[in-house]
Amino acid sequence: MAGVGAAGMAMELDALILSRLQFAFTIAFHIIFPSFTIGLASYLAVLEGLWLVTKNEAFKALYLFWVKVFAISFGMGVVSGVVLSYQLGTNWSVFSQVASPVIGPLLAFEVLAAFFLEASFLGVMLFGWRKVGPGLHFVSTALVAIGTLISAFWIISANSWMQHPTGYETLPDGALRAVDWWKVIFSPTFPERFAHMVLAAYLTTALVVGGASAWRILKRGPDDAPCLGLRMAIGMFAIVAPLQLVVGDLSGKEVMRVQPAKLAAIEAFWETRTEQPFHIAAWPDRAAEGNRFEISVPKLGSFITAGSASVEVKGLKDFAPQDRPPVFIVFWAFRVMVGLGVLMIGLGAWGGWLMWRTRGPEYSKPFLRAAVAMGPAGFVAVIAGWVVAEVGRQPYVIYGVLRTADAVSPIGAGQVSASLLGFMIVYAVIFSVGVLYILRLIAEGPETPLEDGDEPPGNPLGAATGEARP
Amino acid sequence: MSLDLPLIWAAIIATAVLLYVLLDGFDLGIGILFPFAASPAERDTMMDSIAPVWDGNETWLVLGGGGLFAAFPFAYAALMPALYLPVILMLLALILRGVAFEFRHHGRVRGKAFWTAAFAGGSLTATLAQGLVLGGFVQGVTLKGRAFAGGPFDWLTPYSLLVAVGLVAGYALLGATYLIWRTEGELQVRARRWAWLAAAVTAVLLAVVSLATLLVHPRIAVRWGFENGTFDLATLAPLLPIPLLGLVGLGVVALGIRRAHHATSLIGAYLVFLSGYVGLAVGFAPNIVPYDMDFRAAANADNALGLMLVGVVILLPAILGYTIWVYWLFRGKVGGDAGYH
Repeated sequence: MAGVGAAGMAMELDALILSRLQFAFTIAFHIIFPSFTIGLASYLAVLEGLWLVTKNEAFKALYLFWVKVFAISFGMGVVSGVVLSYQLGTNWSVFSQVASPVIGPLLAFEVLAAFFLEASFLGVMLFGWRKVGPGLHFVSTALVAIGTLISAFWIISANSWMQHPTGYETLPDGALRAVDWWKVIFSPTFPERFAHMVLAAYLTTALVVGGASAWRILKRGPDDAPCLGLRMAIGMFAIVAPLQLVVGDLSGKEVMRVQPAKLAAIEAFWETRTEQPFHIAAWPDRAAEGNRFEISVPKLGSFITAGSASVEVKGLKDFAPQDRPPVFIVFWAFRVMVGLGVLMIGLGAWGGWLMWRTRGPEYSKPFLRAAVAMGPAGFVAVIAGWVVAEVGRQPYVIYGVLRTADAVSPIGAGQVSASLLGFMIVYAVIFSVGVLYILRLIAEGPETPLEDGDEPPGNPLGAATGEARP
Repeated sequence: MSLDLPLIWAAIIATAVLLYVLLDGFDLGIGILFPFAASPAERDTMMDSIAPVWDGNETWLVLGGGGLFAAFPFAYAALMPALYLPVILMLLALILRGVAFEFRHHGRVRGKAFWTAAFAGGSLTATLAQGLVLGGFVQGVTLKGRAFAGGPFDWLTPYSLLVAVGLVAGYALLGATYLIWRTEGELQVRARRWAWLAAAVTAVLLAVVSLATLLVHPRIAVRWGFENGTFDLATLAPLLPIPLLGLVGLGVVALGIRRAHHATSLIGAYLVFLSGYVGLAVGFAPNIVPYDMDFRAAANADNALGLMLVGVVILLPAILGYTIWVYWLFRGKVGGDAGYH
C-alpha cells in the first residue's frame, strides 16, 4: 500500500516503537473497564430482575451499591474508548486504509448497534428512577447489558478477522475487498474467542463481587447482602471457571490450526516434532533459538495442544526469524492467564464445597481471605490473555497480510512521545483516582443503611416497598 | 437501481458531525461556563442538567471518527496524522472532563475541587482543540498521493487560533442558551447574562472568521464570488441565504434570551451554528481533505458502504427514536434532586 517505503522505515522506526507502546498502553488500560462492565451490567440486570420477582431486599441493596461502581467504571471505559476510535488514524493510518474495506463495517456496526444503546439507556438507568416505572427501568438496565454484549460481539469479530483473515480478496493494486461478509464477520476463530471474552468478563466481575463481599464479611460480619453477593459469586466461579477452561482449550486448538507460530510461542516449542514436552517454566531466547532454561514434562506438550503425544506440532524454527512472535512475553503471559484460571477453578471448588458441606463460606476466614486476594485476578488474566493474542500475532497486525511495521502513520517520533507522555500522565491520574473511589465505595459497603437524602428519589425499588412516592 | 453510495455517506458523516457539534456543544459550553457559576450548588445543577445525556452526545463523536474510518478511510488516514496533536489534545481533555461527571460526586473537599477544575479546564481545552482541528482542516492539508506529507505543526496558524477562540464563544452560547431552557431562578438569570455576552462575542468572531476564511485560501474566496479583486454578484447571490440564516439565528437568540422562553434561544444558536457549518462547507466541498482529495477519492469500497447503509437504515431511526425519548424523559427544569448519588 501507499505509505511507508523502505527508506522511510528506518527513519520512522522510533515513531513505530512509540506508537506500538502507546497503542498497547491505551488499549490495555481500556480493556480493564469493558471486561468489568460487560459482566457488571449483566449482573445488575440479574439483580434487578430477581428483586422485581422475589422482592428480597438484599437484591435491592446489592443493585443500588453496584450501580455506583458501575457508573464510575463505565465512564472510564467510555472516555478511554473514544481514544481508540481516533488512534487508529492518528498512529496507524496505513492499517486504517488497508483494513477498512473489510472491517470498517464491523466497527461502524459496533458504534451504531451498541454505543448509542449503552450511552442512552445508561442515562435512564442512573437518573431515570423517578421518571420511569420499575418495568421500564429494568428494561433500561437490560438494554445496557445487551449493548455491552453487542459491543463485544463486533469488536471481537473485527479482531478475529485480524487474527485469521477470511472472506476477502486482494486487488491488483494491493487493496483488500470483502467477498463474503459472512466469512468476514464469522471468521473461524470468532465463536470461541467471543465466548472466551464474555466468560472472562463474567469471571472478572464475579471475582470483584466475591472479593468485595468477602472483605465486607471479614470486617462487619455476615449480613444479608454481602452473603448473597458472595454466594452468587461462588456460583459463577464454580460454573464459569471450569467452562472457561474448556472454551479456552477450544480456542487454543483453533490457534494451532490457523496460527501455528503463535502456538509455538505460547508453548516455547522450537523444534517441529512429535512428543513435544510441556514446559511448566522456561526462559525462551530468540537469539539462541532455544530455551536457556526449562522445567518440562516429557510428551505432555503434544498431548495438551493436539490431544495425543504422537502428533507432530510445529516449532518456531519452522518459521523465518522475521516471522516469529516475541516468544518470552507470549509464553509467560499465557502461563499467568492459565495459572490464574486454575486458581479461579480452585476457588470455585472450595467455595462450592463450603456451601455444600459446612455452615457456609461466610464462616471460613481462610476462604474469605482467599476471595479477597483473588478480587483483582480477573483483570490480570484478561490483560495477560490479550497479550497472548496480540503479541502472539506479531510481527503482523493483520495476520499474514500486513506487518505492524508497515501499518504506522507517516508521523514523527516527537509527536508520538508527547502524546504517549500525555496518556501516561492522564491515565495514571484517572486510574488511581477511579480505583480509590471504587475501593472507597466497596469499603462503605452495600448494606450501609441509606440515609433519607441518599435514596434515589422515588426509585421504583424504594417505591414498591411502600415508601411514599413524592 | 444504483445508489450514489459515497454521496449518501458524505451526507451521513456530515450529519453526524453536525449533530455532535450541536449536542456536545452545549455540554462543553456548560463546562466553559463552569468557573462563572456563583456557588457549588449552581455548578451541581449545571452538571445535573446534562448528566443523563452527555454520554449519548459524545457518542456522535465516536460515530464521526469511526464513521470516517469506515466510510472514507483515505480521508481518515490523511486527516488524523495531519491533525495529530490537536486530536490527541482533544481526546486527553475529553477524558479528564468525562470522568469528572462521576468523580466530582465521589471526591471529598480537595478531590471535588480538582474535578470541578478538570471539568472546566477539560471542556475549554477540548473546545480549543476542536477549533484547531477545524481551522487546520479548512486551511488545507498537504498530501503526497493519498497520504499526509506535511509537518507536525501545520495546523497551528493565526487562522486556526482565531477559529478556536470563535468556537469557545459559540459553545459557551450553546451552553448558556441550554441552561436558559433547563434551569430557573437565579441560575437562569445568570445564564441569560452569559448568553448575551456569548452571543455578542460569537457574532463578532463569526464575522471575523468569515472574512479570514475568504482570505485563508483563494479557492474559498472564488466560491463566494471574489477573485483577483473582482466581485461576481451572480456567484454570491444564491449563497446569501447562508449568512442571512446566521443573522436570523442571532435575532432568535436575542428574542429567546429576552423572554427566557423555553428552548427558543438554543434553537436560535443552532441556526447560527448551521449557518456557520454550511458556510464553511461551501468553501471546501466536495473535498473531504481540503483541497486535494474529494469524497469520492476517499470513499471505501462500494460493497462496504452498501452493507453499512443497510445497518444505518435499520439502526439510525432507532437511535434517533430512543435519543429523542431520553431527552423527552428528562425534559423540564432541573431541580436539586436530579442526581442518583
